[in-house]
Amino acid sequence: MRLWQFHGGIHLTGHKDLSNHTGIIPAKLPKFLILPLLQHIGEPTEPIVRVGDKVLKGQIIAHCFGSDCSLMISAPIHASSSGTVVAIDARPVPHPSALSAPGIVIETDGEDRWTELTAIPDYTRLPAAQVREHIAQAGIVGLGGAGFPSHVKLRSKDIDTLIINGAECEPYITCDDRLMREYPQEIIEGAEILKHTLGGAQHCIIAVEDNKPEAYQALVAAAQGRVEVIKIPTLYPTGGERQLIQILTNKEVGRFQIPASIGIVVHNIETTRAVYRAVTAGRPLISRVVTVTGTGVEKPQNFEVLLGTPMREVIDQCGRKPNLETLIMGGGMMGLALPSDDLPIIKTTNCLIVGQVGELPPPPPPLPCIRCGACAQVCPINLLPQQLYWYCAAKEFKKAQAHSLFECIDCGCCAYVCPSHLDLVGYYRYAKAEIRAAAAERKAADQARQRHEFRLMRLVREKQEKAARHQKSKSNPDLTTF
Amino acid sequence: MLLTIGMLGILSLIFGLLLGYTSVRFKVEGNPIIEQINSHLPQMQCGKCSYIGCHPYAEAIANNEVAINQCLPGGESTMLALARFLDREPIPLEAPEEVVPTKLLAIIDETACIGCTKCIQACPVDAILGAPKWMHTVIAQECTGCELCVIVCPVDCIKMAPVPATLSRWKWPHPSQI
Repeated sequence: MRLWQFHGGIHLTGHKDLSNHTGIIPAKLPKFLILPLLQHIGEPTEPIVRVGDKVLKGQIIAHCFGSDCSLMISAPIHASSSGTVVAIDARPVPHPSALSAPGIVIETDGEDRWTELTAIPDYTRLPAAQVREHIAQAGIVGLGGAGFPSHVKLRSKDIDTLIINGAECEPYITCDDRLMREYPQEIIEGAEILKHTLGGAQHCIIAVEDNKPEAYQALVAAAQGRVEVIKIPTLYPTGGERQLIQILTNKEVGRFQIPASIGIVVHNIETTRAVYRAVTAGRPLISRVVTVTGTGVEKPQNFEVLLGTPMREVIDQCGRKPNLETLIMGGGMMGLALPSDDLPIIKTTNCLIVGQVGELPPPPPPLPCIRCGACAQVCPINLLPQQLYWYCAAKEFKKAQAHSLFECIDCGCCAYVCPSHLDLVGYYRYAKAEIRAAAAERKAADQARQRHEFRLMRLVREKQEKAARHQKSKSNPDLTTF
Repeated sequence: MLLTIGMLGILSLIFGLLLGYTSVRFKVEGNPIIEQINSHLPQMQCGKCSYIGCHPYAEAIANNEVAINQCLPGGESTMLALARFLDREPIPLEAPEEVVPTKLLAIIDETACIGCTKCIQACPVDAILGAPKWMHTVIAQECTGCELCVIVCPVDCIKMAPVPATLSRWKWPHPSQI
């Protein structure tokens, strides 16, 4: 199959052999599970259990509003193990803001007893909509890191190509690599289920970067021609949805479009496996594979972790070294620094990078931009990062938007090559947040204006009605003097 | 000579009729500038500019009766937006300590409320719910934080509190502040 290229991109040191030599092992059952109500992009869920309730493993504990996910961008949350609900309140969540958000805390009873699961014995006999509803009820969201509810993507019509994204281009992360090596059969079956759910997409491609030859071999052996497994060159950010589509099909997804509008849907490797398990075994999304790596742990390792497990406990199982300083959730390029490890592992936690003091020294002080243009050469979207930087730094947000600021995927290639050590992505994030906040403020002000105008109108109307009543009683004295 | 005068005369007659027609057909009611100025104001209707609401203040700005630095809740950003829009010189705010305004929310101490409806009458956006002799409460998402209800309350049961930080309202800070 012919491959194409996207603009720019960078070659990075993978650091993947830290953690990709040993198999995935289950992490220990923690004493407490903390399950935030919002673990995906979209609407938060609502708890349907109360403090003191006994719950079983795999039971839904928080559901989409009205228990109907089919038309919402949301996904239910399940109990990851059996036990008792001990609290429903605000807890710190893995987010760079260090803020708290509502969540459900379960004290596990150690029995790990499953609730009754309903599998679909032969999905090919069921209509696509019913399989999709089953996937929605299993709480499956994009497990590559973004966390977009998967059933929403499966709602698209006229899809001819399904792409399973096994690129895993970010440094340090190896969870998909290990999954492809150890569970190739489940991934291939999962891809077939997704194909059926999309109304029988004509093509199904699994793309694997060529730095994972074992994973590629395993998939080819398992596929037996049922789906196309393709080796793609290692380049960051090949794993970006739009970049991968460009490599495989030479099609560019338009500025305000989604891939489905050009007949393509992309799903992650682990999402595909979660779909397989949900359909064939009825098993909802209650665990995920997390890479725990970095020089801060004795033995970097991939774990199958129950959702809600505190990060601290998983890091301890890897052999925590003294003097830990940094904790990053996600990969080496786009990962987010977390303030503490007393946070739960959620659906979007694919990797934890633990660093010792001095391992990641603070970046040297930024120097002025010298307009060298190195950033523009590596930008995978073909933007003008330095121009965007000037606009964002000067708070010229309208101009930044006109230069397609919202096309930026925060991949960090520009900041990586910048000789002046400018935190370019930081500026873009800041500008995007300010623009979004201003738009929300504008909307709220508009609402307030309408309410104020309506109130003025109402006051005038009340006055007129009063005057009219007064007039009436004056001209009709009999009515008032009875 | 006569031909030229005749031709110009006819042309001016045609254009005159055209202009006369368009001025009737496409007549603009009111001063459109006022609405555009109003759209730059924060719509809190707080009256801190000494006008009774944002729209009257916008009218006064359009009529050149008042400076563009009177809106305290809008802060510097509103002043700068107005200066840019009206092509006037930016002027510093009168209360410089309030350059970065924090959004506030009125909270009624419901145990102390006597149900006098004074705050309901004062609220410019109908964000307080209640009836005579019944407890009142604030519809939090509609409250603009104008503080007009605080002074009218006879039992002092309304407090202004900063809007709590949530994930959806959190913003990435400027890189120089990290």
